[in-house]
Amino acid sequence: MDRRRVGITGLGPVSCVGSGVDAFWSSLLEGTSGLGPIGAFDASGFASKLAGTVEGIDAKSFVPKSYRKATKVMARDAELAVAAAKLASDDAGLRTRGSEDGDAGFEIVPERTGCQIGAGLIAAEANELTRALVNSLDDDGKWDVQRWGTAEGGAQGMNNLPPLWMLKYLPNMLACHVTIIHGCEGPSNTILAAESSGLLSLGEGARVIERDDADISIVGGAESKLNLMGLMRLELLKRLAATGDATDGSRVVKPYDADAGGTLLAEGGGILIIEEMAHARARGVRVYAEVAGFGASQSDLRGETGLELAIESALRDAGATAADIDAIFPTGLGLPAADAHELGAFKTVFGDRLGEIPVVSLAPTIGDAMAGQGGLMTAAAALAVHHQTLPARIHAGTPAAGIDAGAGGSRDAALGNVLVCTTALGGQNAAAVLRRAT
Amino acid sequence: MSDRRVVITGMGWVTPLGTDLDGVWKRLLAGDTAIGPIDRFDASTFSTSFASEVKGFDLRAHVGDLADAHAEAGISTKYALAAAMSAVRQAGFTGDKAPNPARCGVYLGAGEGTLDYDHFMATHVAGWDAESKSVDGAKWAARAHEGMNALLELEQEPHLTVSHLADAFGARGPAFNCMTACAASAQATGEGAEIIKRGDADVMLVGGAHTMIHPLGMSGFIRLTAMSTKRDDPTHASRPFDAKRDGFVMGEGAGILVIEELEHAKARGATILAEVAGYGSTADAYRITDIHPEGKGAAAAMRWALHEAGIDPHATDDTGRPLVHYVNAHGTGTQENDKIETAAVKAVFGGLAPKVPFSSVKSMLGHLIQAAGAVELITCVKAIETGWIPPTRNLEHPDPLCDLDHVPGEARDLNPVGGVEVCLSNSFGFGGQNDTVCVRRFRD
Repeated sequence: MDRRRVGITGLGPVSCVGSGVDAFWSSLLEGTSGLGPIGAFDASGFASKLAGTVEGIDAKSFVPKSYRKATKVMARDAELAVAAAKLASDDAGLRTRGSEDGDAGFEIVPERTGCQIGAGLIAAEANELTRALVNSLDDDGKWDVQRWGTAEGGAQGMNNLPPLWMLKYLPNMLACHVTIIHGCEGPSNTILAAESSGLLSLGEGARVIERDDADISIVGGAESKLNLMGLMRLELLKRLAATGDATDGSRVVKPYDADAGGTLLAEGGGILIIEEMAHARARGVRVYAEVAGFGASQSDLRGETGLELAIESALRDAGATAADIDAIFPTGLGLPAADAHELGAFKTVFGDRLGEIPVVSLAPTIGDAMAGQGGLMTAAAALAVHHQTLPARIHAGTPAAGIDAGAGGSRDAALGNVLVCTTALGGQNAAAVLRRAT
Repeated sequence: MSDRRVVITGMGWVTPLGTDLDGVWKRLLAGDTAIGPIDRFDASTFSTSFASEVKGFDLRAHVGDLADAHAEAGISTKYALAAAMSAVRQAGFTGDKAPNPARCGVYLGAGEGTLDYDHFMATHVAGWDAESKSVDGAKWAARAHEGMNALLELEQEPHLTVSHLADAFGARGPAFNCMTACAASAQATGEGAEIIKRGDADVMLVGGAHTMIHPLGMSGFIRLTAMSTKRDDPTHASRPFDAKRDGFVMGEGAGILVIEELEHAKARGATILAEVAGYGSTADAYRITDIHPEGKGAAAAMRWALHEAGIDPHATDDTGRPLVHYVNAHGTGTQENDKIETAAVKAVFGGLAPKVPFSSVKSMLGHLIQAAGAVELITCVKAIETGWIPPTRNLEHPDPLCDLDHVPGEARDLNPVGGVEVCLSNSFGFGGQNDTVCVRRFRD
């Protein structure tokens, strides 16, 4: 029996360079960076003071009226996912439980609709938590676990936390809100693997459709580490560039550059609608690209090698060889060790031909949106394939010799097969081959 | 459709009742429990002050010198390493017999690591500005820089458990970590099996590990009023299906299985413990706080797993026995879960439902949260292996809404009626995640 094929039929990018297909794609074509001074909180005590903020996204405007109250228990991560999923669903021309009366569109079948949304560890909102903690301090001003306990009842201690406090921070709440809003009753999962969360989720979603457990799935990922705890964790892990007094984020992130000094954090939601190809054809929706191949692998703990295994698996899965790849959309975060790992994998897979393949890292443009990154990268790659156009590339330095990752404007390009791949702190790698839909 | 079959060739667990595969099983059949006052931190003033804790755990006793390379790992990652070592040993993958790294993957439902409490709390308190009643970012950051440690923060990332296991056991194939709350390790097992069936790997380490026995973990569930508050009588607090149940009891631990493509297992002469015959995964798509009132998603997950296994829930064998011999319940001991899960089992098995033993080992182990699904799946394999079914402890006051055969009080020997061939293991998570795994005695 022929394998069921999977295509991308809807895109819901929510990013610091714009949200929705039109805003996102035109920013990528123009090469405008969305990285700038952090406004969400006072970041003066951090080394990295620039980031990518998603503007103008209010979850309430992406949910049906009956669900507006539930947005109060959404962490920022869930808000981004909910917004991105709605944009993707509308872009794919779907009519779901999340549609308003009178909206047109293809009515999804709940049992045949899945949801795989990658997420990150969500930090408790500092104001909300600390407001409760400071009611339980001992005489020295230290948080006291005994005073926190409320066995005797009363209004002190943990009773200052809202009853649903924990639910706000469970990573699976991104997918849960989306499944509830849109009425998706098929397989649903929440994959956490830092920057690889989104692409692993897309890959799993494609497998679910291929094995006939769903016809449509809402896939990708979303995350916002743009909060005190999130930014601090990444700073301690030496992921972020020290920015000093700089205000221009477009000059900071330098993929595959030996002088790169780290990446910049961003918020992001990259959610896509994937669909069985015959199903998409039958309802006449445009297919941006086919998900022709997928592969995953694990690096050693030092993260020096491993991506090549995921890429080779994806190529094999797509029935393609290295010679068929016309562009690469990698993470390329501007982190010397991680970039060296990626570069090594590309050299292993593509050999000398690597220098002829345009490499498009979005990190200088949209930053590192963590679990949102894979979906945003896939959205960009799918648009590139669909329009046969490479987006502009920003690069303020000099990429290593032998890789075509330098600055350049957008341009027409013959893109038959494009590779999207991610590496992650923790060593999980993912790769997908997107093919021009025929 | 793929004709690759997936079998279980190794199992290991770290549970509050011990770490030895057969030892824990014996205690489960005896209806034993380890639930008691919390030792890990001072929970004396918490309305739920007890839990089911893993005590006296020493990674080195399980993995020897390998412990050195993982000394900084979080508690639940260490549980996972110990459980994985047992599983890998049982599978015969030690020494020079390790599988091809590129064809071996890891799929876990591992939970987040425990916060670095001292510095986390001190940082938040130091950042508080009493006047504006909000956190001052600069003060917060200054205190964070004084104490927070990169490694302790990194090890809280849930996927790091996957990284440690892959490193320890030489797995370079597909690597995933999922967090679907209480369904996570069941889902990881099911999706891991799908990866093998498709041919993307030959061997997978699957399962999960988790502990939420720490102040904010306990607080979160206390605020949700999801846990039992029987402070005076912890050993009777976990009472699934009992009319006087008042919530679940927090547990912790890890369950890891080695699953493998059948021909791969045969070729190396491995002992096959059971077959992963089916897996069903659904979403309630109902509410973040409540289960679908009719258990629609739960029933769909069970039906799906049975369909994949080719088993008709309404059929019987020649003796009139249903084809499923045991359903390991999610059975948390909350009012809602137990009555709805019972209704869902009735919906799936119809008139045969009363004849299907349906017990909850959470009555003894407590709720291992993300690790629960894998640990409970192992109990199903042990049931197949021994022909015995573990009881539901503390089921003393029948609830008319939970009126199936919950195997109250005492383990049951099914060998006289032909042993145990097929089991379902149910795992349901907050937010409406439903996963059911079907395991079957291996027959060629």
